[in-house]
Amino acid sequence: MSPSDVSTAPPSDTDIPCSSVQLTVNGTAQTLTVDNRTTLLDALREGLHLTGTKKGCDHGQCGACTVTVNGRRINSCLSLAVMHDGDDVTTIEGVGTPDALDPMQAAFVEHDGFQCGYCTPGQICSAKAVLEEIRQNVPSHVTKNLMETIPISETEIRERMSGNICRCGAYANILAAITQVAEGSA
Amino acid sequence: MKTFTYEKARDPAQAAALAASHKDAKFIAGGTNLLDLMKIEVETPAHLIDVNGLGLDTITPTQDGGLRIGALVRNTDLAADAQVRRDYPVLTRALVAGASGQLRNKATTAGNLLQRTRCPYFYDTAQACNKRTPGAGCAAQTPGAVSRQLGVIGTSAACIATHPSDMAVGLRVLDAVVETILPDGSRREIPIETFHKLPGQTPHIENALQPGEFITAVSLPAPVGGAQSYRKLRDRASYAFALISVALIRHPDGSGRVALGGVAPKPWRLQAADDQLPNGASAVMATLLEHANPTAANAFKIELAERTLAAMLAEE
Ligand SMILES: Cc1cc2nc3c(=O)[nH]c(=O)nc-3n(C[C@H](O)[C@H](O)[C@H](O)COP(=O)(O)OP(=O)(O)OC[C@H]3O[C@@H](n4cnc5c(N)ncnc54)[C@H](O)[C@@H]3O)c2cc1C
Ligand code: SF4
Ligand code: FES
Ligand code: FES
Repeated sequence: MSPSDVSTAPPSDTDIPCSSVQLTVNGTAQTLTVDNRTTLLDALREGLHLTGTKKGCDHGQCGACTVTVNGRRINSCLSLAVMHDGDDVTTIEGVGTPDALDPMQAAFVEHDGFQCGYCTPGQICSAKAVLEEIRQNVPSHVTKNLMETIPISETEIRERMSGNICRCGAYANILAAITQVAEGSA
Repeated sequence: MKTFTYEKARDPAQAAALAASHKDAKFIAGGTNLLDLMKIEVETPAHLIDVNGLGLDTITPTQDGGLRIGALVRNTDLAADAQVRRDYPVLTRALVAGASGQLRNKATTAGNLLQRTRCPYFYDTAQACNKRTPGAGCAAQTPGAVSRQLGVIGTSAACIATHPSDMAVGLRVLDAVVETILPDGSRREIPIETFHKLPGQTPHIENALQPGEFITAVSLPAPVGGAQSYRKLRDRASYAFALISVALIRHPDGSGRVALGGVAPKPWRLQAADDQLPNGASAVMATLLEHANPTAANAFKIELAERTLAAMLAEE
């Protein structure tokens, strides 16, 4: 099966409603036929075999499935693949490769920002978006003054990363990794 | 998840007409609440109408000096809007107190208002729940039930669930108005005060919308000024629903407005309680929560609400 013609649809002799969706994933155009019930997360993992993105809770409660769609981070488990026609999706596979790590990936390695690694793809996709959101002056719960430029601080990073749970409790090292990237690019 | 057919709406009028013409149709916006509930088959729509392509994603001035927020404006964008931050900061504060960065990037203004309760028994289809199945009973009110998160006022013998939205509490204290279009093409405006319904004997009826009625926007009156704040108390510091929350607008002469989240089936505000603001937190809460009927497990919310307001009033 060619990668641009993948299907998570059931056999055609059933009457389960399916749809066709075209989207760009990590720069590659993809056409998928999906059972309407397929989440973006399942389309990525089971349709496109991009298994870097993880399924933790499947209910928006853990952040393991975080990817960016048109540049914004979302929980791919709470979105239907059919709703992403024409969208541009970036998963951890599109962030960097073992030979060419993204600075955020390198910082996670340097600071031991993980133990089992299950939450890590979501943490890294989220962390990159967090720094972008602060640069765009998007406010958070801990932002003191809504009318001033928001400083990149550990308090801001911690609050903004609260949508990514780490069962291994690697939070301190995750924070160190993100802070290093933030300072390096300031 | 049950199977469903899917289509994209072309415009708001068509969306409303489509919803009325299909049996068991639902609109889907961000999907963050609806899909969650579809996965556990608490929601089982046969047809989904995707409203994401309709525009309705801008924030524009109204003729009387207020703001019109499109139904599809994402929570992140509403919170970050320069005018909202400056003139309606209680709304920004309420929004960023809710959910996570990822969820706020998807969640929409209309979807947030219409999110359903987080009562654990509502989520568990093995339990009796009048909201899911009218007449089935309420597992949250049986001996030994876990009701720490549930409501203390405006509840009924049929249901003690709360409306979990933070944004809605901000909208309530600002006197927002919900704008809709009906399947017959007519439009109407529903004040936020009457938008969410108390459960009474019919906890499955949660708001004033009629079948197929589609929210196009939420409008805010001209800025009311004052010092605006939102304080949320929860079991962890972030990414958790409110035990209680307080939205406060305070003017230099001591007058103002107070609305509570996490205590009732709707954002809880009373004019008579607003009038007590110059007399302090206990006077406000004595009026606002006068008819409270908490469970043993959530009676703490009453004192917590009063102390929270007292702390906010003590701040400069
Ligand atoms: C883990 C988690 C934590 C959360 N924490 C919080 C929190 O702390 N505070 C908080 O406030 N919220 C919280 N939320 C809830 C979140 O805010 C809501 O899920 C979100 O706002 C719903 O918006 P949506 O656009 O995704 O709605 P959808 O899921 O798309 O829709 C919700 C409902 O609205 C209807 N609908 C949507 N648009 C329209 C329209 N234009 N007209 C008529 N009907 C419409 C749909 O048919 C559906 O019934 C949390 C959610 C999760 C998963
Ligand atoms: S409190 Fe309401 S939502 Fe919860 S179980 Fe009872 S009827 Fe259902
Ligand atoms: S798998 Fe999506 S948030 Fe947990
Ligand atoms: S590293 Fe194991 S869950 Fe985070």
